[in-house]
Amino acid sequence: MGRDKPIPGTPIFGGEAAQKGYALNKMCFSFNQAENRAAFLANEDEYCARYGLNEEQRAAIRHRNVLELIAAGGNIYYLAKFAGIFGLNVQDVGAQQTGMSLEAFKAKLAAAGK
Amino acid sequence: MATIIGGLTASHVPSIGKAIAEKKEQDPYWKPFFDGFVPVRDWLAKAKPDVAVVIYNDHGLNFFLDKMPTFAVGAASEYRNADEGWGIPVLRPFKGDPKLSWHIIESLVADEFDLTICQEVLVDHAFTLPMALAWPGGGPWPVTTVPVTINSVLHPLPSAARCYKLGQAIGRAIESYPQDLRVLVLGTGGLSHQLDGTRAGFINKDFDLLCMDKIVNDPEALTRYSNREIVELSGSQGVELMTWIAMRGALSGSVSVVASTYHVPVSNTGGAIMLLDHRRNPTALAAE
Repeated sequence: MGRDKPIPGTPIFGGEAAQKGYALNKMCFSFNQAENRAAFLANEDEYCARYGLNEEQRAAIRHRNVLELIAAGGNIYYLAKFAGIFGLNVQDVGAQQTGMSLEAFKAKLAAAGK
Repeated sequence: MATIIGGLTASHVPSIGKAIAEKKEQDPYWKPFFDGFVPVRDWLAKAKPDVAVVIYNDHGLNFFLDKMPTFAVGAASEYRNADEGWGIPVLRPFKGDPKLSWHIIESLVADEFDLTICQEVLVDHAFTLPMALAWPGGGPWPVTTVPVTINSVLHPLPSAARCYKLGQAIGRAIESYPQDLRVLVLGTGGLSHQLDGTRAGFINKDFDLLCMDKIVNDPEALTRYSNREIVELSGSQGVELMTWIAMRGALSGSVSVVASTYHVPVSNTGGAIMLLDHRRNPTALAAE
């Protein structure tokens, strides 16, 4: 799949992204535990430094920007745990990535069922 | 001998867990999906499976990118659910059947599936929610379980053809187990959805309905899609279709449809439920 022709708007999480995003994804994986979510919220800089995020990843975390996080090697399953810290679900995340309001994004999903 | 009495597929979207906890099953948004389980529960009450072999994909609860097995099989006496980071309730533990697990592992490895053997598995929503939908109410689970995972996180993923063969090998393993057990095989996930990228929110109803037809009548047709084609047609997380294909591989020959529901949207997903009856064994039918 990594060698296939790209599909527009569709990131494929393969070797390249996995290499690039390892530290970021490892941090997000840690958010399965409530104490780690609390530690991140208590001192975001310290928590990101502990996992060795690079500048691009640190900035994407600071911006809470999912497309930037994916560009920095993030995998959506782990990023979803980061989004969970802020009470955001996959519809919020979808709306952000598509530049739509949440209501418009939900309407688009509903329209797919017609 | 053990027999496979049926196959159950269901979407496993995390927000289903929230809807159950908040008792929203009859809300207009959720009702069409939850109602799809009414015939499933009726059938289960009569068919009384002893074991559920649950084929699913882990979403970063049990496996991280440090070690990512393509296929893994659990061999534990108990499987626990845990916090996944989004506040969905943690469900009560599931009983394993280590003897059956080891039989399946022995059989699969002999069949040239070089899988990962796990004596501890934290089972995530993809395992727990279809179980909670099939057997609601919070009482003791009426079945023991064997978890089987397919990597859907880190490409390269196994092909549809390979997952179908895995399912066929699981079927052979179960049906060569000497103990009289009624086994239900679950394949959880799908159907079309995409969570990431500017194409997030992509749902393909036509392709989903085609898959629901083929899974019954011509599963081998689904094995001819490449992974790229599946991602293009059903979204980047639509590859969870692999769990359906593996489930169907375990059910050799013809099946009859007991339940079939398709509803959009369930969160970002083409929500689907199917129950396929695989009982051809007269003793299984007579014992009903």
